[in-house]
Amino acid sequence: MRHVYFATFLIVVLAVSALGFRGDRFKHPPLELFPDMDHQAHLKPQAESAFFTDGRADRPLPPNVVAASLPLDAEDGLFRGKATDNSWLKTIPVAVDAKLLARGQDRYGIYCAPCHGALGDGNGITKQYGMSTTPSYLDERRLGLTAGEIFNVITNGSTQNKNMLPYADKLSPEDRWAVVAYVRALQRAQRGSPADVPAANRKELGL
Amino acid sequence: MSKLFPKSANRLPLQILLYLFVLGGIAMAGINYYATNKWANVGYAPVQPVPYSHKLHAGQLGIDCRYCHSNVEKSGFANLPTAQTCMNCHSQVKADSPLLAVVRQSYETGAAVPWVQIHMTPDYVYFNHSVHVTRGISCVDCHGRIDQMEIVAQDKSLTMGFCLECHRAPEEHLRDLRDPAQTVTRLDWIHPGGEKGQADQGVKLIQANKIAPPTSCSGCHR
Ligand code: HEC
Ligand code: HEC
Ligand code: HEC
Ligand code: HEC
Ligand code: HEC
Ligand code: HEC
Repeated sequence: MRHVYFATFLIVVLAVSALGFRGDRFKHPPLELFPDMDHQAHLKPQAESAFFTDGRADRPLPPNVVAASLPLDAEDGLFRGKATDNSWLKTIPVAVDAKLLARGQDRYGIYCAPCHGALGDGNGITKQYGMSTTPSYLDERRLGLTAGEIFNVITNGSTQNKNMLPYADKLSPEDRWAVVAYVRALQRAQRGSPADVPAANRKELGL
Repeated sequence: MSKLFPKSANRLPLQILLYLFVLGGIAMAGINYYATNKWANVGYAPVQPVPYSHKLHAGQLGIDCRYCHSNVEKSGFANLPTAQTCMNCHSQVKADSPLLAVVRQSYETGAAVPWVQIHMTPDYVYFNHSVHVTRGISCVDCHGRIDQMEIVAQDKSLTMGFCLECHRAPEEHLRDLRDPAQTVTRLDWIHPGGEKGQADQGVKLIQANKIAPPTSCSGCHR
């Protein structure tokens, strides 16, 4: 009987060394003894499909179609940043309040700060790694940009040297205007003077 | 006639019975330990077509998860980034790196980058990212410290028990989204008040936001 127990012990050791422990890293697809209904026939986002020749479940838009959520009217300032006479909008076409600025700050921190920096001075983290062309919002050219032009940079990428690619897929038009408002706030903040501080708060800043 | 069996054979039935018990115990322990996602799925880290590192991009560079997984707040599905998202930086940073050849090719031709899916719930389970993220459940609760992973590996089991554990006591995880320090994409945040502080905050948020995660079957199996 002792031999039987010994053989069992050996088999257990062998099995454990083959199967490993919980949490071990492995590269092969996970083992599935009973697939149940884990993989059903419907298509999932960003998944593969053997049905289409390009192998994707997500279908690309056919040429020349426009998403139903976009206005067909080319003159809509909210979506294109242009006035009816095709010039860039000078002001932001939505109500600018604290809520919009807070949203803009949040989105700016996610999508713009890695390059343009939290202050808008162009010294984001990527500058140390070779994104040397990121400009500051405070030079003459960028201070002179109209709201519509900044909106257009976010929507279609920069027009100057084409070094910045579009962010339209990540930011909805409303969010883009929120970011524009926050960029304006950054530009304003960097050029503030003691006169801008309300009289009641001057003492706190030691002015 | 000589004896067929020695005297010790009298004990055999008992010994065999005992052995079967031991064998049964070993089999139970083995199934308990191995026949679960905790063994079968946790630690899955497939070879990806591009050696992309979250430790570098999310950890060291501090890029927010939503820069790449940009739909995680808006839709049920947390998208993987487009090749253009990578090219935002890699058109200038490491622009000629051979490691990024697949991404450049995808950007130029529109062909997909064949990323391998890691986390998966079975198709009979309904899961939705935006409901969790917009109520203040952090990525870290279900994905672990992604920002410290060179290669993404599954960290949590994602079994039904795992989901229910939180659905029954969400106050242990809820973050207050009005406080920027508690943003769901900050994976290293823990409540400064410890477990008690977290639970107190969670209870307040549950009342204020009427948070009621489903614990009935039809909530997740619809
Ligand atoms: C990956 C790095 C990167 C990110 C992220 C980024 N930018 Fe830029 N941005 C640049 C570079 C590089 C330029 C210079 C473009 C050029 O010279 O063509 C630029 C230029 C600009 C300009 C000036 C364009 C002009 O014509 O002078 C504006 C305005 C701007 N960015 C706004 C934004 C906003 C708003 C965001 C966030 C939604 C953002 N950027 C995110 C890299 C970036
Ligand atoms: C610079 C872009 C980028 C950023 C920032 C980023 N990710 Fe990712 N993420 C990717 C890419 C590309 C993949 C697919 C390749 C892989 O799995 O490594 C991925 C994969 C993942 C996966 C696995 C998906 C699957 O197949 O199951 C998870 C989970 C994830 N990321 C979470 C996060 C979290 C959490 C953060 C924030 C801390 C984050 N990511 C930040 C680009 C990014
Ligand atoms: C915000 C800017 C930014 C974005 C977006 C970005 N990266 Fe990077 N990436 C970097 C920086 C900075 C480095 C480090 C370069 C260095 O070490 O000098 C890097 C390095 C890399 C490397 C190592 C390259 C080498 O030759 O060592 C790979 C691979 C890589 N990134 C893949 C990706 C992929 C895939 C994506 C898209 C999902 C992506 N990156 C998006 C900034 C970015
Ligand atoms: C409540 C748990 C939970 C939270 C919180 C969570 N995830 Fe997930 N994540 C999952 C599950 C479950 C899956 C697998 C879904 C499936 O089967 O497609 C997944 C899959 C993913 C994927 C792969 C694509 C997909 O949707 O299948 C990415 C990328 C991802 N998560 C990123 C994130 C990021 C970034 C965050 C934080 C902003 C986050 N997740 C928060 C549970 C969670
Ligand atoms: C860390 C906590 C946590 C974990 C883990 C978690 N959930 Fe949730 N879940 C929540 C909270 C909080 C809500 C929001 C309830 C509300 O909005 O009232 C929620 C809501 C849901 C809903 C309801 C969505 C709707 O539209 O009403 C579903 C379905 C769901 N979770 C599925 C899952 C599944 C499947 C898993 C496991 C993969 C999971 N959850 C893991 C906390 C969690
Ligand atoms: C919080 C979400 C949630 C709720 C509520 C829930 N389930 Fe599940 N269920 C899951 C997930 C996630 C899985 C997949 C687990 C896995 O991958 O092994 C699952 C798997 C299952 C399975 C298949 C198990 C297997 O391994 O094949 C059954 C059966 C099941 N659930 C029944 C139920 C019943 C009955 C109820 C109600 C009492 C219920 N579930 C409620 C999330 C849920």
